[in-house]
Amino acid sequence: MDALIAKDVTKQYTGHLALDRVSINIPEKTIYGLLGPNGAGKTTLIRIINQIINRDSGDITVFGEPLSARHVELIGYLPEERGLYKKMEVGEQLLYLAQLKGLSRTEAMARIKVWLEKFEIKDWWKKKVEDLSKGMAQKIQFISTVLHEPKLIILDEPFSGFDPVNAQLITEKILELKEKGSTIIFSTHRMETVESLCDHIALINKSKKILEGPKKQVKEQFRSNTFLVEHRGNHFHLPAERYQLIRQKAVAEDVYESVIRATDGIKGNQVIRELIELTEVQSFQEKLPTMADIFISLVKAEGDEALRKHLLES
Amino acid sequence: MNKVFLIIQREFLNRVQKKSFLLTTILVPLIFPAVIGVLFYIMLKEAESAKPEVVMVVDESAKFNFENSKKFTFLPLSTALEEAKKTYQETENFALLHVPPFDLDQPKGFAIYTKENPSIEKLSDLENVIENQLHDMKLRAFNIDEETLKKLKISISLKTINLTETGEEKSSNAGILYGAGFVLGILIYMFVMVYGIQIMQGVIDEKTSKIVEVIVSSVKPFQLMLGKIIGIASVGLLQFIIWIVLISVLSTAVMGYFGQKMPQQQMSEQIAGQMGGEKAREAAEAQNSKIMGLFEEMEQIPFGKIAFVFVFFFLGGYLMYGALFAAVGSAVDSIQESQQFQFPITMPLLIGYMGLFLFILRDPHGPVSFWLSIIPFTSPVAMVGRIAFGVPTWELALSMALLIGGFLFTTWIAARIYRVGILMSGTKVNYKVLAKWFMMKN
Repeated sequence: MDALIAKDVTKQYTGHLALDRVSINIPEKTIYGLLGPNGAGKTTLIRIINQIINRDSGDITVFGEPLSARHVELIGYLPEERGLYKKMEVGEQLLYLAQLKGLSRTEAMARIKVWLEKFEIKDWWKKKVEDLSKGMAQKIQFISTVLHEPKLIILDEPFSGFDPVNAQLITEKILELKEKGSTIIFSTHRMETVESLCDHIALINKSKKILEGPKKQVKEQFRSNTFLVEHRGNHFHLPAERYQLIRQKAVAEDVYESVIRATDGIKGNQVIRELIELTEVQSFQEKLPTMADIFISLVKAEGDEALRKHLLES
Repeated sequence: MNKVFLIIQREFLNRVQKKSFLLTTILVPLIFPAVIGVLFYIMLKEAESAKPEVVMVVDESAKFNFENSKKFTFLPLSTALEEAKKTYQETENFALLHVPPFDLDQPKGFAIYTKENPSIEKLSDLENVIENQLHDMKLRAFNIDEETLKKLKISISLKTINLTETGEEKSSNAGILYGAGFVLGILIYMFVMVYGIQIMQGVIDEKTSKIVEVIVSSVKPFQLMLGKIIGIASVGLLQFIIWIVLISVLSTAVMGYFGQKMPQQQMSEQIAGQMGGEKAREAAEAQNSKIMGLFEEMEQIPFGKIAFVFVFFFLGGYLMYGALFAAVGSAVDSIQESQQFQFPITMPLLIGYMGLFLFILRDPHGPVSFWLSIIPFTSPVAMVGRIAFGVPTWELALSMALLIGGFLFTTWIAARIYRVGILMSGTKVNYKVLAKWFMMKN
């Protein structure tokens, strides 16, 4: 079953179209990356899913049911712009936010204790938020997002504001939540996050969805028959009618790394065969495009209507 | 609904647990009577110890025979005016009165010279003295003898009695009514302003700390706004109730203390000490009946009704303005920015406040007073100021119905602005933008 299906969701603000017939499918128990440059419409879509604002048209289904008010308890939301009540104590604050999500006070109390223990911050209960550092406050905010064990967790730029150690900690917790059966939506423009965590991705640009699918499949789709070769000695001349040397750099003494692109139809085996004749090959692999490559090329191509169409159809 | 209750609870507890709440709740009832007490004390002292002002007189007509009184001591000079001016300059006396020769039928040309501008009160006191003398002179000119003249002096004080619809007579005291209207009207004004601004501050805090996006992903913006308004209202009510209890306990204690010492006996003793014999007893009796009358009149005031009307108009006015304050808070990013939008909100409240002094307390049943206490934007202050003077039931009912309509209306407007405003930070907001938000589809 899909955790969330959005169909032709449109949102018009006076003066500009924020979402233009956007449809996405988020499979259950995946980490789904919602990508796009700033101002593309990601936050609008997320706010619509959270029922903070209403859509003008289109349908949204959550775990098979049309989105309605009672679903707020199924969703955990960490907005990009974080914030807590500054004057409130950590414990009271978490209790309040959990109760707003429908937990009973006693249930919330028990779960908060477990989470504070997990993060080894049990003694923070009585601390006021204004006395916490930014990173500490972020942890509290993360806990408040997942405390009610939402089946759908929406994280908008979750790693901004975390140092590498805490980012790692949060990553572990996110993977744990996925293991336990939650579906996670990541909204981000940081490609390393997508590369390492996401199973599925969708790319939104200028209010439209321009790409969606499992990450592997997307990468496959954007294969460009490019190979990464490490070899000894830098002089080799592949036939120019079939190969293009994209770049070459020295990695050690007399050891080089070359990126070559073969024309369509030439398989990796043939490339190896031809290379062996010319140089001493130390390693050879196909270079799949990074998400960043895909992202940049797509967003740039947006201006080119024909290319966009082509990409959507393929 | 359960969630609105959670929000109310948070808003309430968060404020009630603050030290500042405890402080104001306990100190205000102590400060108010203390300030009033000190003022009274000073006034009394001043009245007691006030020396009569010395007025130097150059009477060229030689017709006047000024008697020294509590207020003025007259010092006749026999020199010419120019000379007298110099003499006056060298003294610290209050004024120099110049009476030129005049025609009794058309007395004019009187002048006083002072070093500072005299207060209107003193000036009219002095005018009274002169007028009385002229009055006596005229009577003498008509050959009325001294005996008759004395008998002509009359002093009365009006006792006001209201005829109710049932024909029952109620004596009322304009002074008490004035005081009640004054205090209640100001209380409403202060309550609405203070708590309205608290709502606004709360909304701004939520917006700038960005918590609001998390909250509205759990509850509807309208629920959040409503919860905040009601939460703060309950803080206000609690504070008010504590004040009432504290003040009544305090004033009973104070009254009990002074009450035994002060009123009847002591006053009559004082008076008796000043005069002698028969006259003293008469005066004492008059004094007694006056005080008894005052108590009687106090008892005639329908406190229950006033309290009900006060609470109703406090809540109504608060809800009406509170919603507007919430809308303003949602539109801005800081208190400073809110100034421009606060003005049109506080304006009608201020009009009600000014109307209280200019119209309602002077002419509680005039047309302006009527309209001020009917129109919802001014009625909370105006009606509460007017209620002690007696308001026909239909007027009260109309005003209450309109107030309910009024706050439903402002809440509707405010909610439409609020739901958009809380999510918009960093935008430059003007009235056009507010209108756009208001019109925006959900």
